[in-house]
This record gives sequence, structure tokens and C-alpha cells, in this order.
Amino acid sequence: MSDVTKLPEGAPEEVVTKALLREVDLTPFGFTGKLALITLDNGYDHNRPNTFGPVSLQELDAAITAAIAAKPAAIGITGKPFIFAAGADLSGIAFLANREQALAIGKLGHDVFRRLGECGIPTFAFINGLALGGGLEVGLHCNYRTLASTALTGLPEVFLGLIPGWGGATLLPQLIGPEKAVQVIMLNALNNNTMLKAKDALALGVVDAVYEPADFLEHSMDFAAQVLSGAKKIARADFSSDANWDSAIATGRAAALKKYGGATIAAPERALKLIGESRTATRDSGFAAEDLALADLTMTDSLRASLYSFNLIQKKRKKVEGAPKPALARKVSKVGVVGAGLMASQLALIMVRNLRCPVVMTDLDQARVDKGVAWVHSELAKLVEKKRMSEETARRLSSLVTGSVDQSAFATADFIIEAIFEELSLKQELFKKLETIISPECVLATNTSSLSVEAMSEGLKNPERVIGFHFFNPVAIMPLLEVARTSKTDDATTATAISVGKELKKTMVITKDAPGFVVNRLLTRFMGEITDAMDEGTPPEIADNSMRQIGFPMSPFELLGLVGPGVALHVAETLNKNLGPRYRISPTIKRIVEKQVRTFYIKDSDGKFIANPEAVALIEKGTNPSTADQVRVRALTAIAQEARMMLDEGVVSSPAEIDICMLLGSGWPMHLGGILPYLDREGISESACGQLFHPKAVASLP
Amino acid sequence: MSSQSRTVVLVDAVRTPFGKAGSLYAGTRADDLIVRAIRGLLERNPLISPSAIDDVAIAAATQTGDQGMNIGRSVALLAGLPQSVPGYSIDRWCAGALTAVTTISGAIAMGAYDLAIAGGVEHMGNHPMGDGMDPNPRYLAEKLVDTDALSMGNTAERLHDRFPTLTKERSDKYALNSQVKTAKAYADGKIQRDLIPVAARSAELGWAIATVDEPPRPGTTLEALAALKTPFRPAGRVTAGNAAGLNDGATASVLASEEYAKANGLSIKAKLVTFAFAGVEPEVMGYGPVPATEKALKKAGLKISDIGLFEVNEAFAVQVLAFLEHFNIADDDARVNPVGGAIAVGHPLASSGVRLILNLARSFEEHPEVRYGLTTMCIGLGMGGTVIWENPHFKAGK
Repeated sequence: MSDVTKLPEGAPEEVVTKALLREVDLTPFGFTGKLALITLDNGYDHNRPNTFGPVSLQELDAAITAAIAAKPAAIGITGKPFIFAAGADLSGIAFLANREQALAIGKLGHDVFRRLGECGIPTFAFINGLALGGGLEVGLHCNYRTLASTALTGLPEVFLGLIPGWGGATLLPQLIGPEKAVQVIMLNALNNNTMLKAKDALALGVVDAVYEPADFLEHSMDFAAQVLSGAKKIARADFSSDANWDSAIATGRAAALKKYGGATIAAPERALKLIGESRTATRDSGFAAEDLALADLTMTDSLRASLYSFNLIQKKRKKVEGAPKPALARKVSKVGVVGAGLMASQLALIMVRNLRCPVVMTDLDQARVDKGVAWVHSELAKLVEKKRMSEETARRLSSLVTGSVDQSAFATADFIIEAIFEELSLKQELFKKLETIISPECVLATNTSSLSVEAMSEGLKNPERVIGFHFFNPVAIMPLLEVARTSKTDDATTATAISVGKELKKTMVITKDAPGFVVNRLLTRFMGEITDAMDEGTPPEIADNSMRQIGFPMSPFELLGLVGPGVALHVAETLNKNLGPRYRISPTIKRIVEKQVRTFYIKDSDGKFIANPEAVALIEKGTNPSTADQVRVRALTAIAQEARMMLDEGVVSSPAEIDICMLLGSGWPMHLGGILPYLDREGISESACGQLFHPKAVASLP
Repeated sequence: MSSQSRTVVLVDAVRTPFGKAGSLYAGTRADDLIVRAIRGLLERNPLISPSAIDDVAIAAATQTGDQGMNIGRSVALLAGLPQSVPGYSIDRWCAGALTAVTTISGAIAMGAYDLAIAGGVEHMGNHPMGDGMDPNPRYLAEKLVDTDALSMGNTAERLHDRFPTLTKERSDKYALNSQVKTAKAYADGKIQRDLIPVAARSAELGWAIATVDEPPRPGTTLEALAALKTPFRPAGRVTAGNAAGLNDGATASVLASEEYAKANGLSIKAKLVTFAFAGVEPEVMGYGPVPATEKALKKAGLKISDIGLFEVNEAFAVQVLAFLEHFNIADDDARVNPVGGAIAVGHPLASSGVRLILNLARSFEEHPEVRYGLTTMCIGLGMGGTVIWENPHFKAGK
């Protein structure tokens, strides 16, 4: 055990969660006897939750030993205010250099936690606050669980590329049955790491009782006393002959395939295997299988890339790389939105919801304006219907959104964003006209996806207030915002835009004003290679499926259908013009746009997706087909080359900025690290650019 | 408009275990203590409909920080009472909870309220006595009060000065008896039944569940008491042993009109007869219970001999002795503080009034032959407060 607690080289010092032991007399609760109560507390407030690293596990082990030695009637375990425990200390895992270490840490967790289930003394988890991953698993080892009504719980391991490997994958299915366990371990984790509310945890049987936080621990003692005295009986079902094991696992598998665009990904697969095995597993066999799965997964580049992604997402949410001092930001108390189409209306909605200031929309005629404002109002009403907003708030926000055909309504605006047709001359004309109306400090932001922001600012009296503010569709859901500075954009404008972006709760990346910024530039280049391969004669299903096993959320043609072929073509043409012929214009796509065919896939009469014959008929008849593998390598090579060019051009300041863009702007999965760690480990970076993007071990095994 | 006065009854009362300042509840907020008391009170009285509570009056002597924000309203919200239930704060220093009870009772008696909560809290660890106090310079300049008036220990010494028969030995003996009575009451399970357990966290030690009072010193002896220092003056008589300590705790009670209680099947543990507050020289504030009790007895048309049970707050032994001597009651009279008092269990200032009422109500159950009892306490800046109660279990001729 001693070498387990030695931190792997380079790992940050463990924040130790102490396990404090005290005795509670249960007599006042109606049971004559003592309960040994263990409190998990790392000494920080709730912003730094309790976690389990090797030293913390040994602390808990020692507390359990001391508790048992006191010969109590029961052992209980609870957390610090608002937090039970948030699971394994992941900061150390990223530095584990060999499989033995990985196996040992898994085994250490089991060795300590399982004592709570095997010590022969009734054990209780009093889950007073957040309990995630290993935190919830501690509770699962206990014989009984109470939960505070406001506490969130969950097993997010599969979301991170791991499995609930400190007992969860084995114990939870045995406790609540296969279907519910798949819900918690698979479906919730894969659905953006959805956590359980207390009432759901109770309904699923994850916990035995829920009490309000005001006197949670007191009621939990009462619960323990009643269980110990026999006044309360907690029934446990045997699910080993449940009829739904196979169907539950099939449900889990389908969810993983859907999430990863048809790819079979290791972590969900291993989790499903463990769930399946738990049906007949003993603690020994189940935990041993968990140890192996944990060690196997830990020693993969995928897991390292996942952890890199997870940390990157956390970090970038808080800090915008290269942002000027926040103090330079000007106050925004009125927003203008130019255009009242669907994109503009989404912008108006997110602005009013988060800035809670007047938002005025303009468009060419009253009908369009009315339609845009009405859309925002109806979206607010929908939120009220779904009980996600109070009627009062909706009334307040609705009254803040107004429309006008007269742009003089922008006179007192502090921040204007345009979302009109993607045509440079129109935007230039618009900004020139706005300058005659607005104050010299008012920020002029553009939601352009591929046009030059700099060009839009040319000829303006105050070009320093022009900035790119590129959202992704759907605006309310996609977390990324690309903030594009021109050579003239000043710090006050950038700071103001970033402060608006923070209010909108977006993760921002500052980019140079370069065509397509980051996401569209990479996606369009990538798509061009796929369509090019198809146009050369590669069967469309081979071209489209070439990336299937990588785990993108959708195939290239599915993405094309989502973006709309017209928009995709328009962006491709702009980038082709500005960046060069490596941005391919597919004759097939041109025809598809001309014939107004919307998608490559349609649903057949059984509801299954099939190739759309209308689209297939328009495909260029090339004579030089590629294999799927050739298409894949070609597309990834293009991404690598383009990413390298972007770094050389200084479009963004580091490879991590590209990765965060692909993680949050195109939903590329965490196990790819966005994309660059994947290109590194597949050898694409070196073959395409002669060098890696990331140093070894940053997002890969050491 | 109702002009007929209604009978006010005590439905129930509870308290948290009391702690020594800086110890048991060092990591617990004052508002959490009183919230816990209120929730425990309502939990054991399921017939009380929370939405029917007309008001929540909560006392605290220092109304800042975790005892601020209008603690009455604040704890009503924190305790999860319906938002329609209002609340307010009371301050009469040590007699805070007692005043919460009398003020609420006044409202019930005149027909404005049917049912209300009255209680008090003091976290003397978070709010040391005198913290943030800013006495007007006129007190000194114009000699409005004696300089001893703002130090409660000194006021107790002044009582010894005033009444030479009240010796240190009598005080120590009284104090010992308080400890002995409390220890016996604990052994008989008479105290625990009204304590609401409180989860109390220590950052260093983890969570504990407080289920008993922390201050009592059951093993103490006269010799040990005699050896204690007299911190208020050299060769003084007041010690940590014959005075209440610095404590944290909370109390809560439910009061109702008799009609409402009967109509809703609520228990009736005591009936309010009348009450009185009276002022004395601030430097002998401990004498306050004497004029307050005289006044209350007069209003009630009763004599001291009609009172069969006494709950006298034990801020200082000498102050209880002054009261007893005035009314010709023996120092160890069995009718007085039968389960001990604040010297043993502690005196979290503004919470203590309801503890006295709670004790009296329990004694009423044991003594159906007693018709009347009283609760009384001394109050800083020279006051006393007395509430006279009638035993609902009284059976004549027993």
C-alpha cells in the first residue's frame, strides 16, 4: 500500500479529505447504543469538494478501523456542509505512469470502501450533499443510505471515459436492478452528465430515505435508530433473475452508439460488461473485474485525452485566454440586434434572458420585425409553461424586447450585434449607416461565420469598436463563443464583448480575424475532403462512414443536413475564396443546393434513416474511389494541416484553444481531446506536419 | 371587535441542549439553533397546522450577524414555515424569550392571534456579552447609573453588599444544590425528553449530535466551589461556580387561546394568569424579580403562599437567594427549581425564559395538587419579569 500513496511524478499535491470520527449516542432516538460517525472533510469550503486520493483513502481506512474497534452498534458516514464527496481525485490519475499504479489505486479504493459493507456492523451513509462517482460509491458500500432533499448525486464516470470502478458498477445493479442502473450509470452519464435529484434517487432506490437539509443529520440518526431497533425494515430485492438484464444492456448500448455517432467506445462498453456481470458476480469477482477495467481504461490515451478535455472545459469556462482587463469593459444596458430572422431572434432571446436589459430588434419591414419579436415572446412563454421561468420574469423580459423598422432605435444602444445575410457589402453598408446613429463607444459586433470582420470595419470613423461575436446554433445550447478581434479592435471593445459573453455564460476563445475563425475553418476543410472523396467516386456511404469509429456525434452528411447544404456551401465558397483552393467546392453539393434537396438522409416508412434518393441522384460520378481508411486519413490530415496553419498564423494562441473550440463548438468528444490529442496519438500530426501539437503526457499517456 | 379577554395557554415548549460558549456549538449558527428548536417543536405537535401560526416572536440580546436580519422572520423562513407566516424580533436582554411569550400572549388575549410561536436564542460564543455595545456617555457624565450596572457580575456582588445575610457560603451551597437537582433530573430522564437533538459540526472534529446539556458539572463539591476565583472583585463572592456560565442555546414554545387549543386538539400544559415587569436600580438588577413578582401577584389577586412551584432563573445564586429571602422561602425549598437551574444547565441569555416555562409545565404535570406557579428572572439594566401560570392538571383537594 505504501507505494500507492506515493504520488505519481508530476502530480499535484493531494488535497487530503480527512475522515473524522466521533461517537453519537442513539438513545435519544429510541435505540440504546452508539453510532460511530465518520465525517469526510478536506478543510475547505464547498467550492473545493471532498475527493479521494490515496492519502484520503488511507485516512478513511484508519477511521473505519477506529470505528470498528469502538464496537459501536452502527457506523455512519457523512460529509462537510453541502458536500458529501465528489469522487476520486482525478488530478493524480492523469499522472499514473504504469498499469500497476492504476490497478493499485482501484484496488485501494475497493479495499477501503468494501469494509463498510463487510465489517459485520450495520453501516449507514448520510449523504448530506453532493455525492458523485466514488462519493456515491462509498454510500453504495454502506448497508443503508439517507439523502438530503437538495443533494445531487450521480455516477459520471462513463461521461469521463471511466467506469464506476470503486464498487458502483457491481453494487448499483445489484441494489436497484439492471434497468435503473443503466439509467444512472449509462444514460444519465452520457446525457451530458445529468445528475439525480433527491426524489429521483429515492424513486430509483439508490437511497432509502430523503430528509430536508435543515435537520438532515438529526433525522438520519432517527432513521438509523429505527432500522437498528427493527422499527423500520428496508426491503432489498434480488434482481439476479430479473427479466430485463439483456434489454437494459441493449438500451445502454444504443445510447452509447447514438452519443458517439455509431462508434463503439471503450468506457461505456466496459461499464455495460460490468453491469451484465454483476447479475451473478460476487463482491470479489465484481470488484476484481472493476479493478481490471479501471486499469485498462486508465492506461489509455483516450482516458488521458478525456481528462485533458474535462480540465480544459473547466478552466476555459472561467478564464478567457488573452482577454484584456475586465475593468476596461463598458456597461451594457441596451442591446441592439440587427435582423429579426431565426438567428437574430435567438440572439435577442439569449441577450434579454441574461443581460435583462432592453433589446431592440430591427429588420427591413414591420412583418419581419413583428415575427422576430413574437418568436422571442413565445419562447419566453414556453419557458413559463415548462416551469423554468416565473410568469413575472417572463413579463419583465418580454417587455424589454421591442422591434422597429427604424434603426434610430439603436441610438442609445451600448452593444449592437448584426445577424443579417452573409454578404460583406451589406454588412459594410449597415455599419456605416449605424455609425451615423449610435454613440462612438457602442460596440458593433458581427455574428458572421466566415466573412472578414476587419473588412466590415474599413472606412468607419471608429473601427476599433468592431468585433466578431460568433455564436453556434442552437445559440441557447452551444457553449462556445468565438470572439474575433481585428487589427484595430481596441481592448475596451474586447473587454466589453467578453463581459457580455460571460453574462451569457458562454465559454469564449479569442481568435484573430481570420476566415472561418476556428470551428468553421476546420469543419469546412474536413467536410471538403469528405465530399471531394465522394465526388472522386468513393461511394457516399463509405465516405460518410469513414469517420464512424472515431466517435463524432454525427457523420459528415448528418452534420451537413443539420447545418443546411446552402449555408455549408456558402461558407465553403467564402473560405475557398479567402483561404485557397484547398477548400473544395463540391459539384454534388452545388447541385443539391440548386435542386433544394435538404438532406442526405431521410426516414423510410419504418422510421429508419436511409440515403435520400434525390441526393444520391445528384452525386458526381467520379472514377477514382478511395477506401474508408484512405478517406479518414485524408480528412484528418487536412484537419492537422489546417490546425498547424492556424497556429502558425496566430489565429489562436495555443493548441488547447483549438481543442476547446472543437469540444464546445462542434461537440467533438472528450476522448479525442477535442481533436489535436487524437491527431497526435494516431500519428497524423507527425505525418501531416512533422510535429506533435501537444507534448507527450499532456493529453496522452506519458 | 372582541372586548372579552381570552385565556392564553401554553401548548408546548422545547429547547436545544445548551452548550458552553466556544465549545459544543462553536461551529453552529445561532439561527440554525432556533430553527432546529422550532422544527422539533412542530414535529412533536403534528396537530399544529403551520399555516395557522399567526406570528413568530424570537428574542436575542444581540441582534446582529446570525442573530440579526429580523431573526423572527428570518427563522420562520429558514424553518420552512409557510411564507404567509410573519415573524418579528424581541429584545429584553435575559428576559427576551419571556417577553416574547408575554407579548404574544397579549395579542392572543385581546383576540388578535389564535396561535403563535415565542422563543429565544443566544449564541454567546458568537455574540459575547457587551459585544458592539455603545453606552451613551451621559450614563457616566450624569451618573445616571452606577458604573457597576453594566457588568452583571458586579451587580451580583452589589447584591451581596446590600444583603449581608446573603453570604458566599449560602450562594455556593445553593449552586451545589442546583447541580445536584439537575443531575438527579437527568438520571430520572426528566430533562432529555424536551431537548431537540442538534447536529453540531466542528471543523476539526467532524459532526456530533448534541442530545444533552454541556454545562452541568454533576460531580462538583462545596470545596471545589469554595476554591474558585472571584473574578469581579478581590475577595468577592461571585464565582463561575455560583453563577450561570456563558452559553449557546435556543428555546421555542407554542401559545394559543384556550378555545383554539381545545378546538384543534392541542395539548394545554399551562394557563397564563398574568405577568408583570418592574424596574430597580440597574446596579442591583438581580433584585428585579422581587418587585416584578409583587406586582404580578397583586394583579392576579394572589398571595405568595398561593404559588406552589417556582422557576427562578439562576443568573447568579445570590439573586435567587435575595428573592427567596424576601418571600421567606428556604434556600432549599423543594418548590423552587425542582430540576435545578441555569447555574447547572446554563443561561443562553434571551432563550432562558422559555426554559423556565418548560420546566414549570413539566412540574405541573407531576403536581396536580399545585394550582399556581410562577416563572421569574432578573434582567440587565435593572429589571425583573414574572409570569404567573395556572396548572391545567390541578385537582382540588389532592
